[in-house]
Amino acid sequence: MKKDNIKFIQGNEACVEGALYAGLDFFAGYPITPSTEIAELLSLRLPQKGGKFIQMEDEIASMCAIIGASLTGNKVMTATSGPGFSLMQEALGYAVMAEIPCVVVNVQRGGPSTGIPTHVSQGDVNQARWGTHGDHAIVTITASNHQDVFKTTVDAFNISETYRTPVILLYDEVVGHMRERLVVPKKGELPLAQRLRTSVKEGVDYHPYLPREDGRLPMSDFGAVHRYNVTGLFHDMWGFPSDNPDIVHGLLRHLVDKIQNNVHEITRYREYHLKDAEIVLVSYGSSARSANHVVVSRRARGERLGILELQTLWPFPYDLVREKCANAKYVVVVEMNMGQIMEEVRRAVDRPEKVFLANRIDGSFIKPTDIRSILRLIQGKGV
Amino acid sequence: MAVKDYIRERFFPHIWCPGCGHGIVMNSLLRALNELGMSKNEIVMVSGIGCSARISGYLDFHTLHTLHGRALAFATGVKMSRPELNLIVPMGDGDALAIGGNHFIHAARRNIDLTAIVMNNRIYGMTGGQYSPLSGYGTMATTAPYTNIDHAFDTVELATAAGATFVARSTTYHVQQLTKILKQAVLHEGFSVVEILTQCPTYFGRKNRVGGAVEMMESYKKNTTSIGSKAKKENPDLIERGIFVQKEMPEYCDEYDKVIERAKAKIANE
Repeated sequence: MKKDNIKFIQGNEACVEGALYAGLDFFAGYPITPSTEIAELLSLRLPQKGGKFIQMEDEIASMCAIIGASLTGNKVMTATSGPGFSLMQEALGYAVMAEIPCVVVNVQRGGPSTGIPTHVSQGDVNQARWGTHGDHAIVTITASNHQDVFKTTVDAFNISETYRTPVILLYDEVVGHMRERLVVPKKGELPLAQRLRTSVKEGVDYHPYLPREDGRLPMSDFGAVHRYNVTGLFHDMWGFPSDNPDIVHGLLRHLVDKIQNNVHEITRYREYHLKDAEIVLVSYGSSARSANHVVVSRRARGERLGILELQTLWPFPYDLVREKCANAKYVVVVEMNMGQIMEEVRRAVDRPEKVFLANRIDGSFIKPTDIRSILRLIQGKGV
Repeated sequence: MAVKDYIRERFFPHIWCPGCGHGIVMNSLLRALNELGMSKNEIVMVSGIGCSARISGYLDFHTLHTLHGRALAFATGVKMSRPELNLIVPMGDGDALAIGGNHFIHAARRNIDLTAIVMNNRIYGMTGGQYSPLSGYGTMATTAPYTNIDHAFDTVELATAAGATFVARSTTYHVQQLTKILKQAVLHEGFSVVEILTQCPTYFGRKNRVGGAVEMMESYKKNTTSIGSKAKKENPDLIERGIFVQKEMPEYCDEYDKVIERAKAKIANE
C-alpha cells in the first residue's frame, strides 16, 4: 500500500508541506541559497490549489508583495537567507507597525555579507530580533527535525494570524537541506487559526486600529466593504498618521505588549532528561541534534545530562529557561554562532557564571565531539 | 457623485505648501474617476513616501501608505490577490525612479494592471530640496550647491523601454488634457505610466530662481508641446505632452489565471 502521507524529503520541503497544510494562499520570493527549494516547490504547488506565486525583482519587493496580499485576507509567506533577510528588514518593520500577518522563512547560512552560502550557521538570531529599526516585539521560531519543521511552520501561521504579527521561521542550512522522514498529519489533526475578522457591518464606521480590550485587532479584508488607511507611520484608530505623544506611546505599548503578554502561549520547546540533570544543554535548530546525541550517550554511561531544546527564540522564554536550569550545576548552550542565545540564557538564570558555550563558527556542522570537548573542560577532565 | 465626495474631509487640511502642484494632480485624478463613474469601493490607492505619497490619506478609497520607493511592490501583492480592483499608484519622482526604480521597470515588464502616476517636481520636497533623478544637469539643490552634475531620466522613454503598455505625459497647467489622459490610463488593461510635471515652488522654484507657482506653471505652457507638433520640429528642446504608447498585451493577472489552469490540469491528469 502506498502511503502518501509519509515522505522522505528535505527540511525546506517539510516547510512547504507545513505552509500548505496551514492554508498558504500567496508566496512572493527571490532565489537565494539555501532556501531556494521553498520557492521552487511553491511555484509548482500553489497554483494547483488556486493559490498564487510570484518571483519578484528582489527580496525587498517580495516582502512588500506578501504584505499587500495579506492585507486583502490571504495567508502569506516568503522565504530567504541571510543577505535577503537583511533586505527585508524595513518591510518587516512595516508589517509590525501596520499589524499585518505574514510568515518569513530564513534558512540561515554563514555571514556577514555574502558569507558562506552553502554552509550552515545560526548567526541571524539577533538579526531576527533586532534587524528592523525601532523598539518592537517579534516572534521567531525554529526546529531541529522535519516533523517539527512541519509543526512549527503551521504554528507560525497560527501565531501570525492570531496576534497580527510577522513571524520569522529561523531554520538553518542543515535542517533545510537534510533529508529525513516526514509524516504529514491528517487534515484536522493540527489546529489552524484564522485571523479575527471584524463584525462591523458595511456602511457602519469601522476603526481599523482600535484594539479590543484583550489587545486583539479585528481585521476587515482590505479592498472589501470597509475603506480605511494603512500606514507605517504612527497612527490613530482610523489608521491616519499622528504624532500625538499619547497616540505614539499607546501604539508602541500595544505593539510590544500584545506579544510580551503572551510569551507563555507563544513559547514552544522540547525537553529530554531534565528532571535530575546536573548539566543542562540548551540548544535549538540543527545544533540540538548533536546536543541530543551527547545527552543520550552520556545518559547511557549514567551521567546526569539533559537537554532543553528551544523552538521559540523570540520572545525569549526567560521564565522557562530560569526554571529548567534552576537545579543545574552547569548550563551549556550549544549553537553555531558566537553566543547569541548564550547571552540570553545568562540573562535568564540565577548564576550567569554557570553558563558555558559550545559552538562552531566555521561553516561546519557542530558535532557531538565539539560539545564533549567543552564538557571535559568544564568538568576539569582536560582537553 | 461630486468630486468632493471622494475626499476624506476629516483629514484636512493637507500638508502641501501654498502653490504646490500636487493638489491640481489630485483634483484632475478625482475628476477623471468621477467622469468614469467609478465608486470609491472599487479603487485601491497605494503610495510610497514623500509629499506626493500623502495623497492617499486624503482620499476615501482603500488606501495603503507604504515605504519609500516600494509602492509598486505592495500594489503587486494587492492586485494579484484582488485583480478585480482598480489600483492607482501615485509616486514622486525620487520615490518612483531613484529608490523605487527597480520596482518601476519590473512592474512595467510584467504588464501588471496598475496605474502608475509619477508626480514629477524634480526635487525631494519632504526632506527639504535635495536633487532627484529628474532634477537634471545644471540644476541647483540643497545637495548640489555647486550645481547638479547628474543627468535626468526621461520617464517616458524609460517606461517605454521597460515595457509599459500605456505611457503618457502632461502637466499641472494642462488640466483638461491631464484629466483625459488619466481616464484612459485608469481604463487601460496593463501597466500604465502617466508622468505629470508638477511645480514645487518652495524648493525647486526657489533654488533654481524660476519664480513662484504661477511662473512655473506658465513655463509648462511655454516649454511643452503636443506630441509630434510643428513647434517640436522647430524647437527640439520642447517637452512633448500626450499619449506616447497605448498597446494591447496580455495582462499579468490574466496570465497567472492561465498558470492556475495549467497547474490544475496537470494534477487532474496524474
